[in-house]
Amino acid sequence: MKRALCPVCSGSIDEQFLQLQQLQDESSPNFVSEVVNIYFHESEKLLRNLREDCLVVVDKEFSDYKKMGIHLNQFMGSSSSIGAQRVRNVCVAFRAASEQNNRAGCLRALELLEYEYCYLKNKLHELFQIEQQRILAAGVRYPQQPNNP
Amino acid sequence: MIVEKIRGGNENGDSFPVGMRVLAVDDDPICLKLLETLLRKCQYHGMFFSLIGIQDSSDFNWDAQCTSFPLFHEFLVLDFVDPIVQPSKLLVLGAFERFWFSFTFPFRFIDCLVQARMALKMLRENKDRFDLVISDVHMPDMDGFKLLELVGLEMDLPVIMLSANGDPKLVMKGVTHGACDYLVKPVRIEELRNIWQHVIRRTKCDSKNQNKSADQVKANPAIVEGQGSPVAGNADQNGKINRKRKDEEDESEDGNESEDPSTQKKPRVVWSIELHRKFVGAVNQLGIEKAVPKKILDLMNVEGLTRENVASHLQALIFPSLKYRLYLKRISSVATQQANMAAALGVKDSPFMRIGPFEGLGDFRTLAGPGRLTNAALSHYSTGGMLGRLNTPANVNLRNLTPSPFIQPSHAQNPNNSITTLGKIHPSLQPANQNPSLFQGIPSSLELDQLQQNNCATGIANFNGVDDSRLLGNQSNVLNGTPSNTMVLNGKYQQTLNSGGFGNQSFNVGVDGSPNLLNPSAIESSRMQPNSLLSNEPFQLPMNSARDNNFSSVPYLQNNPIDISSSTMALPLEDSREMQYQEGLVGDVSQTPSQRWGEQGMNYCHGSKIAYGSLNSHLPANEIMNEKMGVVVNGILGGGGSNLMQQKENEILGTQLRGRAEDNFLLEQQPKLQGGFVPRSFDSLDDMMNAMIKREHDETLPNCDFGFDGYSFGAGI
Repeated sequence: MKRALCPVCSGSIDEQFLQLQQLQDESSPNFVSEVVNIYFHESEKLLRNLREDCLVVVDKEFSDYKKMGIHLNQFMGSSSSIGAQRVRNVCVAFRAASEQNNRAGCLRALELLEYEYCYLKNKLHELFQIEQQRILAAGVRYPQQPNNP
Repeated sequence: MIVEKIRGGNENGDSFPVGMRVLAVDDDPICLKLLETLLRKCQYHGMFFSLIGIQDSSDFNWDAQCTSFPLFHEFLVLDFVDPIVQPSKLLVLGAFERFWFSFTFPFRFIDCLVQARMALKMLRENKDRFDLVISDVHMPDMDGFKLLELVGLEMDLPVIMLSANGDPKLVMKGVTHGACDYLVKPVRIEELRNIWQHVIRRTKCDSKNQNKSADQVKANPAIVEGQGSPVAGNADQNGKINRKRKDEEDESEDGNESEDPSTQKKPRVVWSIELHRKFVGAVNQLGIEKAVPKKILDLMNVEGLTRENVASHLQALIFPSLKYRLYLKRISSVATQQANMAAALGVKDSPFMRIGPFEGLGDFRTLAGPGRLTNAALSHYSTGGMLGRLNTPANVNLRNLTPSPFIQPSHAQNPNNSITTLGKIHPSLQPANQNPSLFQGIPSSLELDQLQQNNCATGIANFNGVDDSRLLGNQSNVLNGTPSNTMVLNGKYQQTLNSGGFGNQSFNVGVDGSPNLLNPSAIESSRMQPNSLLSNEPFQLPMNSARDNNFSSVPYLQNNPIDISSSTMALPLEDSREMQYQEGLVGDVSQTPSQRWGEQGMNYCHGSKIAYGSLNSHLPANEIMNEKMGVVVNGILGGGGSNLMQQKENEILGTQLRGRAEDNFLLEQQPKLQGGFVPRSFDSLDDMMNAMIKREHDETLPNCDFGFDGYSFGAGI
């Protein structure tokens, strides 16, 4: 996967993703796709939780924000582990808003987050598809990497 | 996440980083997977716990859902029931498969739970299993800092914190709670390549400390976190403090400032017996609620004593392994014990409730209680300015101790040994290390300190050494060889085994219990023993549940070293819960014994579900056996195919048990305990008494160390 690929260029992905790719070797041939699939799976869950938290939250209600903060923290951690730079940046802004107990800010950040996440997902799917085609073209036997919806 | 390191390779700096064992706990499966791969690249071995729902084993329900926890005690394998195809689950499975070749367990994840707790239990069970812990800060089931403190206190393992949040405040918090390092996500391989330094550092400090006599009172230049007067002569503590200091100094890469704000050196106060008596008196006078350092200081009316000294001493009381241990060494009189107990009672209730050692002074009962509480206490205390990571193996040991009143004192290293002192079934077995004055449980703590490693396994090994090594001699080796989770369980089991008088033997069982970890070679060795002991008889039992028969018989039979070990595991299983424990252990144990007996059928090492499945099935059998044998179920083990000749064994045991009817009774009564309640043969009335007392404690104590809040202090007395 070249650096010139869209996700990286557009800034959705940073060099952490490249590190992931470098970790992929014979002993873990599908490492990147596995990690990304897990990420998608977990992110869907977290985003749903965040959406619920945002709807439930009441300004100045600490416990709601706390819960949101936990989900957010996890989302941020996984996003940064996978190299999802833009998603992570939005998470940072989201966290700032939640720390200030700013409900409107949280909602805005959440929307932006969902947008960035969708964008990232599309880009990664494209990336995998391109990769698969490349492999097929090269005639190398490669395990099918399912693209999670 | 906890990183395990192969202890053996510590000294060899060159090869050490390779093969270092890391235990990672994180609720983020992505990060966990990443860590797994990174660690593998660094050639570390890791076990990764993501926060996946696993039912809390505190209730030890052996229903379909709650299988993981007890198995945890077996330490070898988490109980996997069904392969659940989920990314996170696959992740964990993958990690297992990668690092534990013998693992192939289907996982059953139930909602929520305590991965961190599981990890902690695993750590407790086998202190020597991991070298390093990497733990996330934010986890659903447990606060990362809390885990950090507990691990540091109990196991004295270096812990590295991990978080997506790089806020300096959090970093500071991590440092003050004793973290060796604080990494910010995303984790990079360069950072991980250096984490082994923390292990080496700690090891070096430990070995240095261990060389010093624990009783030696040294001017301690070490800086105690927040404490002005560390326990005098507590080498471990000093060592730890020194280490902490070094760790703190080395944390420059994170930009963390030296965590210990009280780096000031204060003249150390030696808490003499007289001083302590005054302290205790003051505390009693004030009452639990009001026993604040200031008031205590005033009441004591001692010149030159500062409030900090008193606070430190008060705090130390909460960690039995510290001052208390030292104190115990100096005091062996019953009167003192009583004073201590009173003091313990008088001290703030919650932390004090946990202070087991006081009670335990010479009273096994009390030990049982505090032992357990310690963990709770520790966690309770974690927020306070507790002494950094005081390694309180005692705490851990105490836990172990409680289950086995008879544990052979065998080794200082063997925390369990301390417990055994209680039982003293085989005086010959008692290791020289044991401190008779400490007696019940206390010695274990002492020993633990010295060991720094609460390896039950080691203890087991020790046991063997101490023991006539008749049977266990080999076993101990086996145990050592099996890094498996013997952990706490081992300690416990060992004890129980010892009670059988074999002490040595049974311990191994506990250790070996972890089928997963059992190395085939280890099993082999264990096998050796049984042969020698057993007259090659009917150990070829059919695969029925190995149950207690085998195990229980072992302890009684002194011929079966294997049994003992296995039995120990099974022994304590009175309740179904116990059974579960046992199962875990049994699985391991059974494996060993089965191996010994040439039962190759069972694949214990693999911890295959078969074993576990059988274990479960044996549960009922165990109960039956218990009635018969009075021994806790080994049935679990039976699953493993350790079909030790149950029938025969039972018979044999039966006869033998007759003599020990009382013991059996006690065993039966004893609830399963969280740690590793291993059934023991009680050789004396005292033991039985202790067992009974313990039972009370066990019953009151939840399996989960963490949840122990309601422990009634008085019960132990």
